[in-house]
Amino acid sequence: MIAKDEQPRARLLLSLLTLAASVPALADWRETLNMPVGVTEVSREIHALHMTIFWICVAIGVVVFSVMIYSLIAHRKSRGHQAAHFHESTAVEIAWTVVPALILIAMAVPATKAMIKLYDTSDADLDVLVTGYQWKWQYEYLGHGVSFMSELATPESQIYGAEEKSEHYLQEVNNPLVIPVGAKVRFLLTAKDVIHAWWVPAFGVKKDAIPGFVNETWARVEVPGTYRGECAELCGRGHAFMPIVVKAVPQAEFDQWLAAKKREAEELKALTAKTFTMEELMARGEEVYNRSCAACHQVNGEGIPGIFPPMKGSTIATGPLSGHLDIVVNGKPGTAMQAFGQQLSEVDLAAVITYERNAFGNDTGDVVQPLDVYNFKQGQ
Amino acid sequence: MASESNYYYVPESSKLPIFTALGMGLCAYGAGSWVQGHSPMVFLIGAVILAAVLWAWFGAVIRENLAGLYNERVERSFVWGMSWFIFSEVMFFAVFFGALFYVRTIALPELGSPLETELLWKGFEPSWPLHVTPEMAVAGEAAKFKGPREIIDPWHIPLINTIILLSSSVTVHFAHTALKNANRRMFIGWLAVTVLLGAIFLGFQIYEYGEAYRHLGLTLNAGIYGTTFFMLTGFHGAHVTIGTFMLLVQLVRAIKGHFSADNCFGFEASSWYWHFVDVVWVGLFIFVYVLGS
Amino acid sequence: MAHGPAKGIKRWLFTTNHKDIGTLYLWFSFAMFLVGGLFAMIIRAELFQPGMQLVTPEFFNQMTTMHGLVMVFGAIMPAFVGLANWMIPLMIGAPDMALPRMNNLSFWILPFAFLILVATLFMEGGGPNFGWTFYAPLSTTYAPDSVNYFIFAIHLMGASSIMGAINIIATVLNMRAPGMTLMKMPLFVWTWLITAFLLLAVMPVLAGAVTMMLMDINFGTSFFDAAGGGDPVLFQHIFWFFGHPEVYIIILPAFGVISAIIPTFSRKPLFGYSSMVYATAAIAFLSFIVWAHHMFTVGMPLAGELYFMYATMLIAVPTGVKVFNWITTMFRGAISFETPMLFAIAFVILFTIGGFTGLMLAIAPSDIQYHDSYFVVAHFHYVMVAGAVFSGTAAVYYWLPKWCGRMYNETMGKLHFWIAFIGFNIAFFPQHFLGLAGMPRRYADYALQFADWNMVSSIGAFIYGAAQILFLYNVIATIVAGKPVKEAKVWEGAEGLEWTVPTPAPYHTFATPPAVK
Ligand code: HEA
Ligand code: HEA
Ligand code: HEC
Ligand code: CUA
Ligand SMILES: [Cu+2]
Repeated sequence: MIAKDEQPRARLLLSLLTLAASVPALADWRETLNMPVGVTEVSREIHALHMTIFWICVAIGVVVFSVMIYSLIAHRKSRGHQAAHFHESTAVEIAWTVVPALILIAMAVPATKAMIKLYDTSDADLDVLVTGYQWKWQYEYLGHGVSFMSELATPESQIYGAEEKSEHYLQEVNNPLVIPVGAKVRFLLTAKDVIHAWWVPAFGVKKDAIPGFVNETWARVEVPGTYRGECAELCGRGHAFMPIVVKAVPQAEFDQWLAAKKREAEELKALTAKTFTMEELMARGEEVYNRSCAACHQVNGEGIPGIFPPMKGSTIATGPLSGHLDIVVNGKPGTAMQAFGQQLSEVDLAAVITYERNAFGNDTGDVVQPLDVYNFKQGQ
Repeated sequence: MASESNYYYVPESSKLPIFTALGMGLCAYGAGSWVQGHSPMVFLIGAVILAAVLWAWFGAVIRENLAGLYNERVERSFVWGMSWFIFSEVMFFAVFFGALFYVRTIALPELGSPLETELLWKGFEPSWPLHVTPEMAVAGEAAKFKGPREIIDPWHIPLINTIILLSSSVTVHFAHTALKNANRRMFIGWLAVTVLLGAIFLGFQIYEYGEAYRHLGLTLNAGIYGTTFFMLTGFHGAHVTIGTFMLLVQLVRAIKGHFSADNCFGFEASSWYWHFVDVVWVGLFIFVYVLGS
Repeated sequence: MAHGPAKGIKRWLFTTNHKDIGTLYLWFSFAMFLVGGLFAMIIRAELFQPGMQLVTPEFFNQMTTMHGLVMVFGAIMPAFVGLANWMIPLMIGAPDMALPRMNNLSFWILPFAFLILVATLFMEGGGPNFGWTFYAPLSTTYAPDSVNYFIFAIHLMGASSIMGAINIIATVLNMRAPGMTLMKMPLFVWTWLITAFLLLAVMPVLAGAVTMMLMDINFGTSFFDAAGGGDPVLFQHIFWFFGHPEVYIIILPAFGVISAIIPTFSRKPLFGYSSMVYATAAIAFLSFIVWAHHMFTVGMPLAGELYFMYATMLIAVPTGVKVFNWITTMFRGAISFETPMLFAIAFVILFTIGGFTGLMLAIAPSDIQYHDSYFVVAHFHYVMVAGAVFSGTAAVYYWLPKWCGRMYNETMGKLHFWIAFIGFNIAFFPQHFLGLAGMPRRYADYALQFADWNMVSSIGAFIYGAAQILFLYNVIATIVAGKPVKEAKVWEGAEGLEWTVPTPAPYHTFATPPAVK
């Protein structure tokens, strides 16, 4: 009885909720229709060009479709319209060849100007080397000795629906790229495995990161803020999961940040000499594993049959340590297995290797210390 | 009937095409599993079926031709067919030539430009032939792609092969003229010489490959030089093999007396193919051998 | 010669008859359309909401790849080859195709090719997952093992297309009835003749591309590997040298169909016949020199970007000529709105919209923003679905009575049209918004600001998909139990030799060629 009574109320509640949920959606609605205006001169120019071409096309469309719709209405057989028999007119045909050609020339002028500006990478104040990996970005501040990986921060639980999705779902990273406002930053792009593309819409920047080659592009950001972008070239299963987050901050703040980063790197290096306990390594290792390895070898260590080998019971992960160190530090050229020696610190490497050797029921009992990794690297 | 110019011979329904398709399908699937390290069995079965069906098919065409079912109009379809098939082959070679030009004029200079050499390939210098690949510039002897130590000297075997192939184009032309003049003996003679020249060419080519692999470090793995060298000359060699085989079949038919001055499409088609293979070789000789050294 | 078809299954397996082979092609292509459509439904279902619900990301990539491949190579191309087989001999007064046995071979290769292609989905490591454009090195060094089967399947499709193209060229050049000069040929024949040349020129290029992949994967060459001195971008140049003409291979025969239907239902001759022919040739020529407009972000030199931008923009001129000619054909006609005409009108509108977005994409600086976003997906579905598929649908309604001597159900046809038209626009118009707002293509999952339009798009896709079931039903119902048609000239305004043979078209037509004035 009670249940019956409550049914309409539940339904009302549900529809109210739906309505409430859609109000913010309605508010954003108009913003999701067009290309947003960016925060660099180039992006504004692109936007203006986009609008110009769009309106020209609309105008041509209106003319062309009006004639058509007029004929469809006025020259219907059901209205008793008799067909005319003309089927040629050289003058008209020349006109509608020449006029579009002139329109195109008019479009080409601003387009050429914008393109030239886009390609001017000279006189940069800061060079950042951006390297694409399956499925993360590495940023290196050339000449400053600072380099770090930038990976998706959204947890799997949100992706698979076990948890509420956060505001910046799939557009948040652990270490954003930080650049100074007002400075001309040159981005040098390359990749270590497949082709990726570095796209930050607000900068009007999209460029492919191609293994073995270096591409250039640039941005001078005018407004401080956090800007979000995406990998735009299909790069495998994690293509949708390697976002870009750029923080543009005032120059002074940037200098501070850079100095802090340098210190952090030195501190990490100092840790190489420290001896860790098994528990410390396992805890850190799990974190590193889930961030850097689980995309392929999966959180449960079972891999994906035929593509990514399992860690669970792997002959390498349970065999001699040197083999394990070798594949993690040097990767396996020609496969998706990357050389993590260039991406992770000695501490993280030691931790993740210890983790792999003891998790998933591998139970080898081996403990690998940062110094072991360091010595292994030196010995090569 | 066959002389009526508007008549067109439309063959009865036929089992040949679908079995050809089956053969091709098995070959494709079999090749896929073969390169992956499985047994070549499926491929071989497909190849046998394909060979058998094509044998029957060509047999049928020859029989229909001898029975006088093909008038000039049908023959014209064959002419169009063969010509446009050769055109598609030209495009196939064009891709590989295109790759060669692209690598030499765009990819290598870029790999050797300041940004690339500073950030990725320290010490790499573009050159052609590319003895030191980008990987080798960085990793030395540990590199997977090691450029060739030496390359083939164009003025020895390749020059001889050029002369052989060019003369074979001439001999096949002589054969054609002899046929037009109804000189059967000369026709068969010149055709036989052409087949022989084709075979000699192939012999030299195989010898050259052997040398390259054993003594020059010039292999498929030898970076982009080895890649373009073997793919271009290799596909050409495969086409010479096919062309020689086609001419051989025509030779047998000639001996059986299948051809007359105005009924010789099979021979003519094979000779066009042969001229095409010849022209490709001239391109190879210039762009791969001479300008490549 | 005068006998009818063989009995039973043998008729279809061994046939050399152009009408039978045309029918085989058409049914095969429809089956592939359903398969490709099913893949699209999986894509749209997964994208219905943010988050991963139904499939894994790697399976999603396989769906995107296979959807593109199956639609382009399995649905659209065979559909138009099927129409060519049926109609070209009828339109030029030929007894059959020039090389009938090879014709059967070109068809029967296809089922084998697609069997292999679709079988890869069930192999360990999964099927092709690198997009229908299969860029190296994702498709070489980093590909699943099944890539080898994919490569050989592409080789088979290429062989089939090349043989088909040779056949069409030989037929058109050699089999025309006396008096049927080139400039009297219906435009459908013209567009196919030109398309056949495009096929001959670019299918070998595709074969070259996959052969290079095969060698890189298995035999240690380094075409696409910088370590050995190669270049991944080389792959893209080769692919798009094939790929751009390929999109015109898809659309030119569609232009031909529309050029047949619009005059019929406007009861007025096609305006500007010869300029249509020249425009088609111009489009075909230009299609060879614009390929790198797909590569504006790969880092070409500035001069390259500008050249490819200008050349691409030029294509708008001859295409515009076509659109204007169609509209002028309708102008002052006596128009009626049977189902084929409805699809043709929708074609003109929606294709032109797709052409406009194409032009926007051609503007290199703006393409920096559009590239690899859903804006591109919207563009090419406007030209390929509302272009090629709509025109193929129109063609089926238009010629079905001639083929089987029965009239389709007009009400159901119109219903199909309206559901398809509305569903299509709900599905693909919002994708423009998604792309502009920054949603990249080939994404298995997306950020929250894209949620609303994705849901709308998915709903539209389901509607459009459901409309196809209606189409299938209507066609089968017509063949089995449609109202018989007796007149040779099924449509009042139709012109051309195909309308002079009896309805349904007899098994053999024009054994003696007709006289053409
Ligand atoms: C049937 C297929 C088809 C057709 C006909 C076209 C037609 C055109 N396409 Fe499209 N295109 C594709 C299929 C097609 N395309 C596909 C499949 C892709 C994506 C591939 C992939 O990456 O997967 C693609 C991608 C694509 C890109 C790359 C986008 C990117 O990845 O960044 C570009 C860029 O230039 C482009 C441009 C054009 C242009 C300029 C035309 C022109 O031909 C359009 C010309 C028509 C008109 C302009 C309208 C009518 C003209 C008038 C009314 C005259 C007056 C008009 C003016 C003067 C403006 N296309
Ligand atoms: C001519 C070619 C063609 C055609 C006809 C279509 C038709 C459709 N495409 Fe197409 N599409 C491509 C060519 C084509 N596509 C290409 C080349 C790509 C790029 C691939 C790549 O990135 O590599 C692409 C990519 C692509 C994407 C982007 C995927 C991504 O980037 O991840 C999407 C997403 O919405 C999409 C959707 C659709 C839909 C909904 C249809 C619909 O029109 C399909 C309608 C048909 C049916 C639905 C079948 C009939 C009905 C049934 C089988 C019964 C079941 C029906 C229901 C359950 C409702 N396609
Ligand atoms: C982009 C995908 C990817 C990521 C990320 C990745 N791996 Fe791998 N890994 C592979 C592949 C592919 C192989 C198989 C290589 C081969 O063919 O032998 C592999 C192999 C291995 C092996 C050898 C397993 C065996 O039994 O052969 C180990 C150990 C390993 N990886 C550890 C790691 C660790 C540790 C990390 C993270 C720090 C990691 N991997 C991240 C793809 C990846
Ligand atoms: Cu990296 Cu997509
Ligand atoms: Cu294109």
